[in-house]
Amino acid sequence: MQHIVDRRLAGKNKSIGNRERFLRRHKEQIREAVKRAIDGRGIRDIERGEDIHIPKRDISEPVFGHGQGGVREVVHPGNKDFVTGDRIARPKGGGGQGSGKGQASDQGEGEDDFVFALSKEEFMQVFFEDLALPHLVRTQLAEVPEWKSQRAGFSSDGTPNNLHVVRSMRGALSRRIALGAASRRELAELEQHLAECRRTLQPGDALVEAEIKDLVARIEALRVRVGRIPYLDPIDLRYRSRIRVPVPTSKAVMFCLMDVSGSMDEGRKDLSKRFFILLYLFLTRHYEKIELVFIRHHTQAAEVDEENFFHARETGGTVVSSALILMEEIIKARYSPTEWNIYGAQASDGDNWHHDSGRCRELLNDKLLPLCRYFAYVQVADEEQNLWEEYSQLLEPNRHFAMRKATEPSMIYPVFRDLFKKEGAKAA
Amino acid sequence: MKSKPLALEQPLPLAARPGEPLPAPSDWSFELIEQYHRVIRATAERFGLDTYPNQLEIITAEQMMDAYASVGMPVNYRHWSYGKEFIATEKNYKRGHMGLAYEIVINSNPCISYLMEENTMAMQALVIAHAAYGHNSFFKGNYLFRMWTDAASIIDYLVYARNYVSACEEKHGLDAVETFLDSCHALANHGVDRYRRPARKSLAEELAERLDREEYAQRQVNDLWRTLPRQAAKEAGAAESRRFPDEPQENLLYFIEKNAPLLEPWQREIVRIVRKVAQYFYPQRQTQVMNEGWATFWHHKLLNTMYDDGFLTDGVMIEWLKSHTNVIYQPPVGHPAYSGINPYALGFAMYTDIKRICEQPTEEDRAWFPDLAGTPWLPALDRAMRNFKDESFIGQYLSPKLMRELRLFAITDDEAQSELEVSAIHDDAGYRRVRESLSRQYDLGSREPNIQVWNVNLRGDRSLTLRHFQHNERPLHDTATEVLKHVARLWGFGVQLESVNAKGDVSKRWSVPAPAQG
Repeated sequence: MQHIVDRRLAGKNKSIGNRERFLRRHKEQIREAVKRAIDGRGIRDIERGEDIHIPKRDISEPVFGHGQGGVREVVHPGNKDFVTGDRIARPKGGGGQGSGKGQASDQGEGEDDFVFALSKEEFMQVFFEDLALPHLVRTQLAEVPEWKSQRAGFSSDGTPNNLHVVRSMRGALSRRIALGAASRRELAELEQHLAECRRTLQPGDALVEAEIKDLVARIEALRVRVGRIPYLDPIDLRYRSRIRVPVPTSKAVMFCLMDVSGSMDEGRKDLSKRFFILLYLFLTRHYEKIELVFIRHHTQAAEVDEENFFHARETGGTVVSSALILMEEIIKARYSPTEWNIYGAQASDGDNWHHDSGRCRELLNDKLLPLCRYFAYVQVADEEQNLWEEYSQLLEPNRHFAMRKATEPSMIYPVFRDLFKKEGAKAA
Repeated sequence: MKSKPLALEQPLPLAARPGEPLPAPSDWSFELIEQYHRVIRATAERFGLDTYPNQLEIITAEQMMDAYASVGMPVNYRHWSYGKEFIATEKNYKRGHMGLAYEIVINSNPCISYLMEENTMAMQALVIAHAAYGHNSFFKGNYLFRMWTDAASIIDYLVYARNYVSACEEKHGLDAVETFLDSCHALANHGVDRYRRPARKSLAEELAERLDREEYAQRQVNDLWRTLPRQAAKEAGAAESRRFPDEPQENLLYFIEKNAPLLEPWQREIVRIVRKVAQYFYPQRQTQVMNEGWATFWHHKLLNTMYDDGFLTDGVMIEWLKSHTNVIYQPPVGHPAYSGINPYALGFAMYTDIKRICEQPTEEDRAWFPDLAGTPWLPALDRAMRNFKDESFIGQYLSPKLMRELRLFAITDDEAQSELEVSAIHDDAGYRRVRESLSRQYDLGSREPNIQVWNVNLRGDRSLTLRHFQHNERPLHDTATEVLKHVARLWGFGVQLESVNAKGDVSKRWSVPAPAQG
């Protein structure tokens, strides 16, 4: 008994479990790589895979093996001109002549790293884990939440409930006309000829009678053929075609405000960046078009591009209100609140010129918060200074204002908790 | 053991020449595969190839990589190293650095051969002839496979192993199982019995015995490590000199499974699983040249016969011959592509040469192979397949003519000398030396270090001493320390390794302390 089994559909991705175990084992390296990648990438460019490099020695599996040295004799093919007793200089370095066991090259130091690609999903997974996102939010961010079903013309296959009767019948009719045309023309000619014959028939004219008989038979055959053309054929059927399209709601602008005074070191900037990325990811799920505005400030605020925003360093004091004023100006000039959904994200170490903090609160309360859909503030340092106190007063009256202290990535998410919860509930 | 069917003296005659050759479109279909398979089977039967029943399976490239990654088996327990293997394979494949081997065949009953979806019809025919008749008959016939592997139960066993390991992961945590498997894998090559034949067991027996075994093993171990002062006075003198184990043991994993004092029952079972799987692959490691050579010889013979009989078109022939030529290409030493002797090339050349010696012996052949020259080739080949492993096969059958053709020569690399020396070449003075040397090269005993359990310090710190018996003064690789850490993790106490040279002196010592208990 012989068998041929088609396994192609069964057991896809059998190695997933093994891959997961491999990733799990090298979690630290992968984390590092993801962290580096986030540092190096633009906010808009986050959702991509990444190549991970792992040093060969970290993934080697040691076994007992022979090292260099001792006496060994190896047989090689393809002798060109050696005779017994010839002496050859020992090749330098490594396995040299190579015994063909591949041992030497597997274990050698200074080998290339083991490189593999982390998929986009896996990359985001690590990123989310770092941020300690709840699972519900992860799935929410991982897929486009809303779909709309939209007409997209007609197609030749579909379900019966989408059958378009008029189109189908029209198709059937034209097919019947097209298929029967030749036969019907011939039929008409024959009938005409038959009538002609009958008219000219002289009784006893055997020749014409025979022709009439023949004509009648042919006409009969043609009628049958025309009658055999099906009234409705499966190829006539037309269905209304509907496709699902994502429905992002219009457009949004996201303001990233960051303190770049001397006290903001790389670590704090990195935290801030994650904070911005998270909001950006959230917005990409809900808006078709997102603009990013980067405003950095020390004593003065300036609108800059992303590269300068994260990587340039300035020193000096801090006047937070300068950034808020600039934000308001930009909104007035370019982003009318009637057209744009405005989101604000501010990161700072909480250090501010003390006379300025009250002004910041007023600016936010009176000017900016009424314009914004949501405004989140993250303080990437622990000590509470006057800015924190002033901002705290805003929490009570403004439901769309959130603030949080974060000293590590996992503490960032809570600032958005309300935002995600609200939107999540809507989407569900 | 079943009585083996007698090899045919001569190939049977062809039943009937076909009116026209088999259709040869480049795309395969199930009907076509069946048609080709029928002819290949009929042709193989004419040569008396004795095989397990065949099961052909169509798989995708990704599934082929899956199979690659899990040591060629359709099921296996989960481990990160297989993930690593898969990632590496996938990367190479995607970059086009390698084509996938076009076949994987599993030594099971029925014998499973994988046909990859992407192959053309001609390639599928090649794979069927190579795997389903070549390898399959080797698995069924070769004495090592008959003795060491149980084709009927291997798949069942691996399913059991997979479930057991995943149950352990659930119960004891992924990390515990993973580190433990790492340690077992480090010793897998030293977890085989080389001389003793294991008893065959079905899955049901295996399961039924597991519980008994766990309980019993634990009791034995406890007995061994009894601390009660039973017969303390009497033992004191005698035990001083007594070594445990009485005889050195070569199967490190077996020794650990039975004697490691601190292992829990599930850990012993995992040691056993790794050991069993290693044992299953042991014959394959010893018969690479023979096995690949045999399969290559037979796909060549079968497809050529089919062509002569009028079953194959010229196009099909050209296509498989191209692959065939690539497979048996042997780059000469010094060539950039050279990486040792190609087992396909050597094996194919040797079987072809045996057939030649039978059919057209020269004077030289009559002198070297008096029992072989001029005898019918089918039984001669059959004998050569059944009763040897690479080492003895080469020692027995490598002919002077073939050595000349391959231009084989031996180089001695002696650490004490500043230069390498060409110790023998393919001439009258050198034939025997080259042949012996090549034969030794395929002796697993000399390829892998000989490491044995030497002693356990029963009365002191319970440390385990292993001994490495040097072969031609060859030292151990630096990874030995890493491996010893794994041994210590399994053993639970300190481990020493002594490297002993030919004179019996310990030339080097490694020592690893007991692992921290956690």
